[in-house]
Amino acid sequence: MADLVAVFLFIGVIAYCVLGGADFGAGFWDLIAGGAGRGREPRHLIDDSLAPVWEANHTWLIYCLVMLWSGFPPAFAALTSTLYLPLGIAALGIVLRGAGFAFRKASIRTPEQRVYGAAFAFSSVLTPYCFGSVAGALASGRVPTRGDGDPVTSWLNPTGVLGGVLAVLACAYLAATYLTVAARRHGDPHLLRYFRDRALAAGVVTGAVSIAGIFVLRADAPRLFHQLSHRALPLALLAALCGLLGLALLRAERTRGLRATAAAAVALIVSGWGVSQYPYLLGTHLPVQDAAAPHATLTVLVGVACAAGILILPSLVLLFRVMGRVDAAEPAPHD
Amino acid sequence: MTTAGALAHLPALAAADPAQLLPAREQMAFTLGFHIILVPFGVALTTLMLIAHWRGLRKGDAEALLLARRWSKVAAVLFAVGAITGTVLSFELGILWPRLMGDYGSAFGFPFAIEGLFFFLEAIFVALYIYGWDRMPPWAHFWTGVPVSLAGVGGTASVVAANAWMNQPGGITVEHGKVVAVRPAEVFFNDAFWLEFWHMLIAAYIVAGFVVAGVYAVGMLRGRRDRHHRVGFLTGFVTAACALPVQIIVGDTIARQVFDDEPAKFAAIELLPDTGSHVPETLGGVLVDGEVRYGVKIPDMASLLAGFKPSTTIKGLEAVPAGVRPTDAQANIVHWAFDIMVGTSFLMLAVALWFAWLWWRRRHTLATDRWFLRSAAACGIVAILCLESGWVVTEVGRQPWIVVGHLLTRDAVATRGDLWPFFGAVLLLYLAVGAAALWVLRSMTRRWRQQGDEAVSVPYGPERPAGTTTGKAS
Repeated sequence: MADLVAVFLFIGVIAYCVLGGADFGAGFWDLIAGGAGRGREPRHLIDDSLAPVWEANHTWLIYCLVMLWSGFPPAFAALTSTLYLPLGIAALGIVLRGAGFAFRKASIRTPEQRVYGAAFAFSSVLTPYCFGSVAGALASGRVPTRGDGDPVTSWLNPTGVLGGVLAVLACAYLAATYLTVAARRHGDPHLLRYFRDRALAAGVVTGAVSIAGIFVLRADAPRLFHQLSHRALPLALLAALCGLLGLALLRAERTRGLRATAAAAVALIVSGWGVSQYPYLLGTHLPVQDAAAPHATLTVLVGVACAAGILILPSLVLLFRVMGRVDAAEPAPHD
Repeated sequence: MTTAGALAHLPALAAADPAQLLPAREQMAFTLGFHIILVPFGVALTTLMLIAHWRGLRKGDAEALLLARRWSKVAAVLFAVGAITGTVLSFELGILWPRLMGDYGSAFGFPFAIEGLFFFLEAIFVALYIYGWDRMPPWAHFWTGVPVSLAGVGGTASVVAANAWMNQPGGITVEHGKVVAVRPAEVFFNDAFWLEFWHMLIAAYIVAGFVVAGVYAVGMLRGRRDRHHRVGFLTGFVTAACALPVQIIVGDTIARQVFDDEPAKFAAIELLPDTGSHVPETLGGVLVDGEVRYGVKIPDMASLLAGFKPSTTIKGLEAVPAGVRPTDAQANIVHWAFDIMVGTSFLMLAVALWFAWLWWRRRHTLATDRWFLRSAAACGIVAILCLESGWVVTEVGRQPWIVVGHLLTRDAVATRGDLWPFFGAVLLLYLAVGAAALWVLRSMTRRWRQQGDEAVSVPYGPERPAGTTTGKAS
């Protein structure tokens, strides 16, 4: 049962990386899109792609937190009492980002939009960095079971920095590929090029950092490195394959299957981390079983996860169908 | 930790509070106090929107439909802000109160999983509803709004379940300070659950109703006395006015339940240092060194309200073990918050009765009676004050416990780092968010008046309208 809840929890982590990650990445491209004049078109596309799902993807984050604190309370307390700095910064970043985006969309004057937009874009980079370094801290076993680990070196270390940088890059890569597809849907060849080039660049850099990361992990997180190169090796290889395939599709400007390929690459890397870490919740210690809540709580959590699948999937399908009808009925939204 | 276990620590309690307790409590109070204002709009404004929508469809009332459309956009903006502040709260539970989550997460935590489910549903259907305007068959569109309202009720129930559990924890077996068994139904439907749930739900309707009515009352005071403002005012005001008497009955019942089950909180509410019968109801007043000073005393009233007879004995603060007794300051806060909650409720009830009289006697003057409109506008603010006071009563009234009988707030708090900068940053960001939210809503209404409805795009909303691009007359 505990393992099942751990799997459900990890599905949430993957979903947040793939769905929420693209949202963060869109903010990254927003940040470096240039001045108000030059960046107008790409920003418009970003706005247009994000608005329908505005912060809804953070529900995955809440889902993960809730599953963790109900299902594995000691692990949650250990995590928050050690990594309160990156988690606190991430929380502040989420406030800044969500509010900045909403207010930019709701306001009409350029100077105001600029302030809100900057808040949105800056926090879109800061927040995933913090989450990535939290993952790095966890994976390298720097969160002690009893909590109250070192508040600084637990996340400001080679694996933590690697996690943070990779998170930002992966978000940027995901977002650029999604936006490439969105640009094609809108029939805008200029924006298609714009985001395709950026997706290619982000993909290449992400790949390079991942390869460099192998050496970082070998020195800094030996257990993770060992498992990644043994038990999780198939996943890592598949992730690399998806990454290469994504780059090839981008080069050929083929958008069919592009989003799925990019998402699969990220999901596979994250799964690789999960599989390597198993059976430990805190990287190198605290087995899933030892941290698990009493059986009845786990049953409730499994029930909630199943109910979510039954209730939420059909609702999402309905929502996308209605929105799809909107898209089909309307011309491109920018003139 | 069991009650006995906590009491065994009594000597340690005399020591100074941990350094992080004050900033942690202040931050939690501030962020929850901020979040709770947004709750009524996610929970109840969406119902007002459906009421207007229903009327619009049933009676072919274009004005009511326009109200529903606008309220859905206001609800989307506030829902979005609420989603963000809610996310921060879930981080804070871990960062500020690691021991609460680590030791009791298996019981206290899972209602939030259920809440998350409702929240997800609400987010999806809010988007569906906003997209649905002009794009779905009218009644089908109406029905996409119903899950929004229902999910709001479910979400309220889940969060209140967690809070009520802190007041009257049940459904857990504790051995050696560790929760070894959880009975989820008893945790969720704990002894404080049902009344607290109804109290909060009705409060949400009162706050949303009066705030909406207040906005249109201000509009009428400024000379906008069209039908649009009248219908908007009436929908909000009548909903809140109907909910108010029910709330007073529920509140009275809760007070007696607190008398039975949470004597320490009741003693603080009544500002009662010593146990006794024939206890007077003290209005106002302060507790200084265990003595009640000033205030107006109504003889025997507290005893009468608690047990329906003057001889009813009420436990005073002295009956609470010294180590876990609320301080004078805490008792004063709880007492004053309670008085403000009850006082403002009756104030609002008076305005509701005034409305009933005006409606009965001379309906046509409703929109021109400036003093009534001013009072109705004030009810919007007063309702929020009342909501906050009620929340202070239950939260401060639980102190020094975070989970009554199991865990002290001071033992649950983070022990490391410095929370003050975190609190400072949160304070600044929230003030900015609050100001910006108000400003956005204002500029939305301005554009509605000047440019028509389609000039306003909101989160979850489509970029441009289906069909024609010209704005609707407003």
